[in-house]
Amino acid sequence: MASITGGLRQTGRMFALGGSVLGLMFRRPFQFAEFIQQFWFITSVTILPAALVSIPIGAVISLQVGSLAQQIGAQSFTGAASVLGMLQQISPMIVALLVSGAAGSAICADLGARTIRDEMAAMEVMSVNPIQRLVVPRVLAAMGVAVLLNGLVSVVGVAGGYYFNVVMQGGTPGAYLASFSALAQLPDLYISEFKALLFGFIAGVVAAYRGLNPAGGPKGVGDAVNQSVVITFLLLFFVNLVLTAIYLQVVPSKVG
Amino acid sequence: MGIEVVVQGLSKSFGAQTIWEDVSLILPAGEISVMLGPSGTGKTVFLKSLIGLIKPERGKVVVNGVDMINSPDRQVYETRKLFGLMFQDGALFGSMNLYDNIAFPLREHTRKSEAQIRAIVLDSMEMVGLAGDGKKLPGEISGGMRKRAGLARALVMEPEIILCDEPDSGLDPVRTAFLSQVLIDLNAQFDTTMLIVTHNIDIASTVPDNLGMLYRRELVTFGPREVLLTSDDEVVRQFLKGDIRGPIGMSEEKDAALRAMESVVPYSSRKTIPEQLAPTPGLPPRQAVWRRMDRVMRMLPELAPAARDAIVSRHLPGVKE
Repeated sequence: MASITGGLRQTGRMFALGGSVLGLMFRRPFQFAEFIQQFWFITSVTILPAALVSIPIGAVISLQVGSLAQQIGAQSFTGAASVLGMLQQISPMIVALLVSGAAGSAICADLGARTIRDEMAAMEVMSVNPIQRLVVPRVLAAMGVAVLLNGLVSVVGVAGGYYFNVVMQGGTPGAYLASFSALAQLPDLYISEFKALLFGFIAGVVAAYRGLNPAGGPKGVGDAVNQSVVITFLLLFFVNLVLTAIYLQVVPSKVG
Repeated sequence: MGIEVVVQGLSKSFGAQTIWEDVSLILPAGEISVMLGPSGTGKTVFLKSLIGLIKPERGKVVVNGVDMINSPDRQVYETRKLFGLMFQDGALFGSMNLYDNIAFPLREHTRKSEAQIRAIVLDSMEMVGLAGDGKKLPGEISGGMRKRAGLARALVMEPEIILCDEPDSGLDPVRTAFLSQVLIDLNAQFDTTMLIVTHNIDIASTVPDNLGMLYRRELVTFGPREVLLTSDDEVVRQFLKGDIRGPIGMSEEKDAALRAMESVVPYSSRKTIPEQLAPTPGLPPRQAVWRRMDRVMRMLPELAPAARDAIVSRHLPGVKE
């Protein structure tokens, strides 16, 4: 029983932090220097892994779908299937996993180390709100990087898929592109970017929450980093499911 | 002049464990107060409660009309600007050098130019004896220097109230004496209200105007320094003497058998009150001394005879009751 209420309390406090981050985003002074610095940091740790991961993923999707489509004689739709899958599902997830795993863990460790060394308390004593000063720029940077990175991953992934489908499996370039434009529509891109934005927010808030509330000592910080990544992953897959279900209900598909 | 801090009926517990209950006291404006107490009696928690970092379950801490515990965050943040807090290990920002650390509050809260900030920061580093160390990182300096840098950072905003958390811990006796002198000099120059939390008897007996003690989940006493220094209370006596005989044990309280065994051995009860530290020659005299004398004289009839004698012989030498 105690563990249930404890878990609920943690959840509530995390939502409260998310709420204050949203509220404080629009409160001046905006920490511009910190934002730029964090944006650059997150970009620098995620951009290369993202590009490297997206090529094989795009290829795998393309090969798998292509092989399946070939067996049922729907090879002309390979392009649409793999591109839509890449854009709507794979790309936001890759981005979120990288932002959380590479940047969120660093944010969590940084904030956690500062918390156990009383730096947060010192900041509060100096009437500086650590959430506004440190957390808001980090969350915003995570969101911004996620959105931009999502574009990169989509393009690289689709290009990889195209290469493997056309060159390796002997698909026709024209059919690949034609089926793509026949089935895909602009809202697919919007939902993809929206997911990336939301996942960036979740990754940032979870990392900040665990960083601000570590159990005592250096071990506590290590555990907090570990938990922040695991919690983010769990949340991401769940939120992705909900968003996808809503999207498929709300937005009419192009054909049919 | 500093600002009075009024604490009313403050109680704090962590889960089932009560830290202290029903603590009420007034930190008189512009005077130096020391809170004594054995390790683990919640002195630091008390200090953090005054500034609203920790929220006790009951009670009030009123500063300038704002209750630091129950008032809205916005007011609490505003009122915190009146405070300077020196943390036990300095709590400096590890990623910034000393100069940037000390300049931090100025950069956050004022629109001063870098040149003005520089002047203030160098001035305050000079005051705590850190001149020329601005480029060093907190990880590269000793604990004593970190403490002093923490103090310098607390000073740049010209606080009305300074709180010091164990200024002596980890310092040698000479550095502790220097730091005591710095605190007295600060009070002489700016007339700041100060609260020092410590278990160092030298600081407690030579620095403050007022002295209090936390023990066994309550405030044993708080009042003019003479009251505690001449007190007959067993706990106070044992603590001031650093004696192993008495009610304070290694963990918390002793058992009855051990106490009975101890009471066979008599101990001397000579009580002398050391002179209070004076500001460094050249600085103005402390305004607080006169205000305190006025205040203490008025409460004289209520005090214990020993404390009364000590006060009278200090302020009115030559008069015997």
